[in-house]
Amino acid sequence: MRKDEFISDKIDWVTVGLYMAIVFAGWLNIYAVTYDQNENLSIFNVTINSGRQLLFIAGSAIIIMAILIIDMRFYETFAYIIYGAVLFLLLLVPIVGKEVGGNKAWLGIGSFGVQPSEFAKFATALAVAKYIGSVGFRMDQLRNQLVLFAMIGGSMVLILLQKDTGTALVFTVFTLVFFREGMSPLLIIMGVVAAVIFILTLLVNEYYLFTGIGIILVVAIIMGKKKPKRIMLLTAAAIAVCCVIVSVDYVVTNVLKPHQQNRVKALINPDADPLGFGWNVTQSKIAIGSGGFLGKGFLKGTQTKFDFVPEQSTDFIFCTIGEEHGWIGSLFIMSLFVALLLRILFLAERQKNRFARVYGYSVACIFFFHFAVNIGMTIGLFPVIGIPLPFFSYGGSSLWGFTILLFILLKLDIHRMQVLQRI
Amino acid sequence: MNEGRKEIIQIVFVLVAFVFLIKLFFIQVVDDRYAQLANSNAILRQIDYPVRGLIYDRNGKLLVYNTPEFDLQIIQREVKNLDSAKFCEVFSMTPAGLRQSFKELKAKKEYSPVKPTIFLTKLSARDFAKIEDNIDEFPGFYIQARTTRAYNAQAAANAIGYVSEISKTKLERDKTGIYKQGDYIGQSGIEAFYEQYLRGTRGVRFKLRNVDGIEKGSFRDGEMDTLSTPGQDITSTIDLELQKYGEFLLKGKSGSIIAIEPKTGEILSMVSGPSYDPTLLTGKNYSSNFVLISNDTNKPLFNRPLMAQYRPGSIFKIAQAMVALQEGVITPETRIRCDRSIIDCHGPHTNEDLRGAITNSCNPYFWGVLRRMLNQGKSNNPFDDTRVGLAEWNKHMSSFGFGTRLGIDLPNEKRGLVPSPAYYDRAYGGRPWKFSNIYSIAIGEGENLVVPLQMANFAATVANKGYYITPHLVKAIGPSGKPLPAYVEKHFTTIDSAYFRVARDAMERVVEAGTAQYRAKLKDVIVCGKTGTVQNEPRPDHSVFIAFAPKENPTIAISVYVEFSGQGGRAAASIASLMIEKYLYGATKRPQIEEYVLKGKFL
Repeated sequence: MRKDEFISDKIDWVTVGLYMAIVFAGWLNIYAVTYDQNENLSIFNVTINSGRQLLFIAGSAIIIMAILIIDMRFYETFAYIIYGAVLFLLLLVPIVGKEVGGNKAWLGIGSFGVQPSEFAKFATALAVAKYIGSVGFRMDQLRNQLVLFAMIGGSMVLILLQKDTGTALVFTVFTLVFFREGMSPLLIIMGVVAAVIFILTLLVNEYYLFTGIGIILVVAIIMGKKKPKRIMLLTAAAIAVCCVIVSVDYVVTNVLKPHQQNRVKALINPDADPLGFGWNVTQSKIAIGSGGFLGKGFLKGTQTKFDFVPEQSTDFIFCTIGEEHGWIGSLFIMSLFVALLLRILFLAERQKNRFARVYGYSVACIFFFHFAVNIGMTIGLFPVIGIPLPFFSYGGSSLWGFTILLFILLKLDIHRMQVLQRI
Repeated sequence: MNEGRKEIIQIVFVLVAFVFLIKLFFIQVVDDRYAQLANSNAILRQIDYPVRGLIYDRNGKLLVYNTPEFDLQIIQREVKNLDSAKFCEVFSMTPAGLRQSFKELKAKKEYSPVKPTIFLTKLSARDFAKIEDNIDEFPGFYIQARTTRAYNAQAAANAIGYVSEISKTKLERDKTGIYKQGDYIGQSGIEAFYEQYLRGTRGVRFKLRNVDGIEKGSFRDGEMDTLSTPGQDITSTIDLELQKYGEFLLKGKSGSIIAIEPKTGEILSMVSGPSYDPTLLTGKNYSSNFVLISNDTNKPLFNRPLMAQYRPGSIFKIAQAMVALQEGVITPETRIRCDRSIIDCHGPHTNEDLRGAITNSCNPYFWGVLRRMLNQGKSNNPFDDTRVGLAEWNKHMSSFGFGTRLGIDLPNEKRGLVPSPAYYDRAYGGRPWKFSNIYSIAIGEGENLVVPLQMANFAATVANKGYYITPHLVKAIGPSGKPLPAYVEKHFTTIDSAYFRVARDAMERVVEAGTAQYRAKLKDVIVCGKTGTVQNEPRPDHSVFIAFAPKENPTIAISVYVEFSGQGGRAAASIASLMIEKYLYGATKRPQIEEYVLKGKFL
């Protein structure tokens, strides 16, 4: 049993501890959601979600064992093959998949169903890491950048075909990884600016925006050097922004589907669609807000039971924390997540080869995106995009997908001293 | 070159969490509005059901209206200390029935212990009085009011249609998101076709409740509430008196009567026999009654005027005559010998012109007409020649609306059949065919199929001397006071209006001196008609008659089908003339004919 001792000596127990704490807290909260004091079912009862989640957790333990036993070189060597296989599964979904809750995102084998889109995350992360880690890769070459965007684009498009916009959006977070590896921040800045303009356009009358941009332009021209080239550039940028503003209205009414429009509108004005998504956010905020500073106590929540808040045990699981454990509970859970994220960044930075480091950053960024968007939507800071809170939300595919992501990194970390340095 | 970038990412992660915690602090600790909302427990969402539009007859008489009906809803979690003996007494149930209701409740797919779920449905207004006095004793039970359809007359059930709970399959197919489980929807007839105008829009009221389920006023002073808007009222083209008279005449028979106002295409009456009592499909016993009606071997839900397809019989000869005149293969003076060795005929005549042939319904004459039309010698090959002729013939026939759906404002219209060359190619499996194979279409037998509506429309077309307006049942929707735009457009046939004069004269002679003279003639008005006797071996023939009157400026065109009742000149002609008389004079003065119809011994 030398091998086992080896693993237990070298594995990063801080990360494992945080992982187990979050999974355990999630499990308790899934029980709190389904808890009915009249029926008083045990947390282990497999007819309710908490019992089934325990089975999924047991499944994760098996997956972890398997990941740790497999040779660490496997992940880098087979990165492209794993990526290709997952893409193939994603292609299969629209053809032979089954529908659950309106989204055709599941592959079923008998009564057992998995969502390939959850596994696309680690597969894409592996492929991206291998490509960036390969000899001769240079981030400043356009050709290399295009290949990277094709990799994340491939996963995104196939997931969009399943109409799972939320999961597809997760892949945009890879730009943060590329940024760490040397890509110009311009792309991210442009993306953020575009998002801010998008939101502003919905909030503020567009003529005020035009006026504001005009004032900024004039100030910028007066303040800076008065070179013709610079003035031209600034003017062109201002015109481009105005074009974006004009096109937002078109995008909202013509490109977005009605339910997506409602989600964006509900973000700005929760009463816009009182029967639909505005209702969800209102209910979610009532639940969280009613928790106060200390919360109502475990299993004592009144708002997050049953069906008042939709998708209670999956996408809106954070409401239960907010209601039953108050601001203190929210602080605790957020601290766990931030600690995990920072620890993963630390692990990534201490890798000796580029493949492992890029993979580590991918893991951290994917978790971050889920964390930010999921909690952001329950408190009305983001539109309602149905993606789970990692390790916390009910569901086998998402738990397993995130577990695989994390433990491949831990496996790479165990052997970090054995690899050739290629940085 | 990437110095500082890892710190930037770390800062972004921490910053986002920090912003969330501040926002959480505001909604959880600073702002106590949410806590108040939660303390008064949840917001109750009450649906305000709209009132469905009313349906009037053409003279403003109310046909269909609404009466209140009540559902009892339950929120299981709020039910406390239920006194089941008292409950059974108030709701007139047995203890076993109550247990059964609870069992069914839990089995419902939409069941949730915290959401209102329907427990008992369709309580009448009479039950309601007693229940309302006692409902406070049963916490967790709520009364939801809605309306159900009621009918002023037991008439036009198939034309008006019925309303019932939306089915699972329809709900799944509904992409509009307007319907929810338990909603009512028009299932047939006008109720189904004009559903979008009749249904109105539902409203929602948000109510605050405390932990004990007691209402504490409206949420945010009702600023999120929406009022329901009632559906639009509809004026039908049906003349209720004429409709009732038609159903009275057709009682105990199977068949159909359709009367149309030729100038407008408005359907004055549409009788389908046998029919059913529309009130059976409302209220508490809907399900059991529906099973009864839909299993009835007489098929009362089968709307014969649109759905029954018959061979047209001799009435088709009028159309044949006009098509032949248009093609120039005969003139009104053309005589053809009544050669009964080719095809059987009836009555004493030997060598008639066109008018005589129509009056006597001469079969060999129209055999000859069709042969001239299909074999015009445009090709030397008799097969090709027939093919060319038949294509031309099909074009003319289709222009009368035969073989196509006319587009009436009711669901489930059948199209009938006018054979085309392609049809015979299929039927003969690629083997060649020519006139001698297909001649039985000459006299309206063979492969031809029509629905009674098309026949009434044909009578209206002849009355209008060459055009029709698609028959319809609704003349005004809501405040617009107009029908749908499709129902004002004129459809012209490919036949010159001059040839319609020949047809009209001939049809006048049919009633004056021909096959229908005894029963269809009216004293002070010229009725134009044509009998048809549809062969139906081995059972008795179907009796068919079409007519319009008065000859100049006709105000009514009619088709009558009476199944298994022999010659067209008997049952169908009698009923048609009685209907015309009733419509033109408001009453009938020929008791012996009415008695003959009611007795029903036509064979």
